[in-house]
Amino acid sequence: MSKKILMTGNEAIGEAAVRAGCDFYAGYPITPQNELTAYMAKRMPEENRVFVQAESELAAISMVMGASASGRRAMTSSSSPGISLKQEGISYLAGAQLPCLIVNIMRGGPGLGNIVPAQSDYFQATRGGGHGDYHCIVLAPCSVQEAHNLVFSGFALSDKYRAPAIILGDGMLGQMMEPLVVHSKKKNLSTKPWALTGCKGRRPNIVKSFYMQEGGLEEFNKALQKKYARIKEKEQRFEGIHLDDSEIILVAYGTQARIARVVVEALRKKGKKAGLLRPVTLWPFPADAFEELLKKKRKKVRFFVTEMSYGQMLEDVRLAVNGRAAVDFYGRAGGGIPTEEEILRRILQ
Amino acid sequence: MREEIICAGFGGQGVMLLGRVIAQAALKENRHVTWIPSYGAAMRGGCAFCTVVISDREIASPYVDKCDTLFVFNQPSWDKFKAKVRKGGLVLFNSSLIKAQQPPRQLRIRKLPFTETAFSLGEVRVANMAALGAFLKEKNILKYKTVLDVFSEITPRHKLHLLEVNKKALEKGYRGW
Amino acid sequence: MKKVFSRPESLRDAATHYCPGCGHGIAHRLICEVIDELGIREKAIAVCPVGCAVVAYDYWNFDCCEAAHGRALAVATGIKRTQPDKFVFTYQGDGDLAAIGTAETIHAANRGENLSVAFINNAVYGMTGGQMAPTTLLGQKTATTPRGRNPAGEGYPLKICELLATLPAVASLERVALDSPGGVIKTKRALKAAFINQLEGKGFSLVEILSPCPVCWNKPAGEAWRWVREEMAKTFPLGKFK
Repeated sequence: MSKKILMTGNEAIGEAAVRAGCDFYAGYPITPQNELTAYMAKRMPEENRVFVQAESELAAISMVMGASASGRRAMTSSSSPGISLKQEGISYLAGAQLPCLIVNIMRGGPGLGNIVPAQSDYFQATRGGGHGDYHCIVLAPCSVQEAHNLVFSGFALSDKYRAPAIILGDGMLGQMMEPLVVHSKKKNLSTKPWALTGCKGRRPNIVKSFYMQEGGLEEFNKALQKKYARIKEKEQRFEGIHLDDSEIILVAYGTQARIARVVVEALRKKGKKAGLLRPVTLWPFPADAFEELLKKKRKKVRFFVTEMSYGQMLEDVRLAVNGRAAVDFYGRAGGGIPTEEEILRRILQ
Repeated sequence: MREEIICAGFGGQGVMLLGRVIAQAALKENRHVTWIPSYGAAMRGGCAFCTVVISDREIASPYVDKCDTLFVFNQPSWDKFKAKVRKGGLVLFNSSLIKAQQPPRQLRIRKLPFTETAFSLGEVRVANMAALGAFLKEKNILKYKTVLDVFSEITPRHKLHLLEVNKKALEKGYRGW
Repeated sequence: MKKVFSRPESLRDAATHYCPGCGHGIAHRLICEVIDELGIREKAIAVCPVGCAVVAYDYWNFDCCEAAHGRALAVATGIKRTQPDKFVFTYQGDGDLAAIGTAETIHAANRGENLSVAFINNAVYGMTGGQMAPTTLLGQKTATTPRGRNPAGEGYPLKICELLATLPAVASLERVALDSPGGVIKTKRALKAAFINQLEGKGFSLVEILSPCPVCWNKPAGEAWRWVREEMAKTFPLGKFK
């Protein structure tokens, strides 16, 4: 058995990035993700990689763009208000089809909000977040181990599709310590012939998202949408618990999914047929899983969504269900998190 | 077995470290464990706390709403967390700094002079380990030896001189007053 | 017969979109001549700005990267830090470098990033139609200062070389002007010195190039060149600052 060590979510993400071959990290201080920036400041130079504390989130994401354009694995991290600032760069990265990993350890909003755990940036992460018709691949870990694992997936998917990937966690996940088995180092990096490495022996490469010629942008946008359709078709991921026989299915992601799991167990003890559907990819949203459930189930099934927000993923669940089943919701954000008792009470009402 | 613990006190009283030692010891004994700190502006002099869950089964929710054990080192933390202890739950109560009060309900309150004990050992910062010693005695969840091993593992070289006094505090807490 | 003059290899055979009398075409070419002379075309990576020179990559025959408005030096930092053996420079206008990108400029300079900067100061936002730039002269009329720039409320022309000269990590700062054939030659010399600094690992070098924008200044080309010399250079004195 591999040795387990205690690590916070923030540190586990940092160590995974180092092991996944992250060459460049730029960040800016903001709670509750500071331990990740500090971890990278310590670890990256040890591995002869680059760490830069940027002057702003705007600069940090642009530095990541430069490193990514150089063909290197690049990463930044922040928390909600900082991620808002990064949207400029994320849109450029998406438009220039550059891979990178962005970690958002979410806190309460809007505005400066507060530093308690929250899931209020779901819309921002899954809809694009910045200007233009684009998406980022969004992964939502629910444990320190999964946060570690999904960093590898995030880099790999991002490279494969040349699209930014986001790890969407909440403050609790970032701060929490759990036993972790670290991945052994592996570095199966794809070649990047588009990278800016100097034009020796080839024609010059250009990394850009600007199209001055008439029709050029529309052509590009169509290609981009095709890519997104491919991602939607191939990369939906979720975890299901007791889905086969359940009549009430809780839908939750990240830390909130763990609380939902306790609710499922409690309902089962009361003789209710309850299950959990936990999206792991938030974009692409695992809509096919809902389709399958609704197709299979002739008898009544209903969904109950719980989030540390006032109902954001809820909209994707409703879109997937499309009126074919009841969808109820309970969420809180900015202070307490939705507890087992509160959720149970609402389900049993 | 699922044990939910809250450690609370002034920032600087070592409540985060206390939680981490418990978590590390639980891991060493092949338990499932989670540790969550309060984070942000709680620095020295402020109110700090962490929660630890130890379980034989995989821990679904790491969130602690009500606890089985409360370590409490100062008055504001007692006021804040006394309602968070389950009926019959254990309170390791720092009588050196918290005024004796009527307990709100059926709790196993152990009023012990953690800070005074630490003072008498010449190192006020080891009040947390005196409390841990008392916990090991009160609840048969973690082995004394495991905690000693954790001490040796996590003490950085430049703080080796503090190892002995931490062990003494743990022992005092375990043996009793 | 010996060929004595030709298009630099670094410059593509393309007609630019720049207006008649604009300084960008000259600055582009000077950069290409210097890159050819130093033999660094195959390891050159340019970061182009948002502004008139946004499509400089259509004219330059080496690797180029786009950056968001103002972020060229942050993008360049990412490129150079991961590829220290490459030659990396930014090409930025006054709005880009001295307004929206002020933080990136000051901090890249303060970190002493081993980069070269060609800073085109033409005292207006060109591409968006001649609005006030941070470097617009006092009294100068622009689309957003129809009564002339008034320091009360609109501030004073921002002197980037003078500002950056206070930073210990900056290797060299020079202000030149595209105002005459002599000015063009001096500009090339300054660019070459800045590029060599990077190749020698000396750190952050910036060349501020006062450059004519006849269309936005509403002046004929010849007069625009004179205005650079007689008006702009009064506010922005030429010379080496570091």
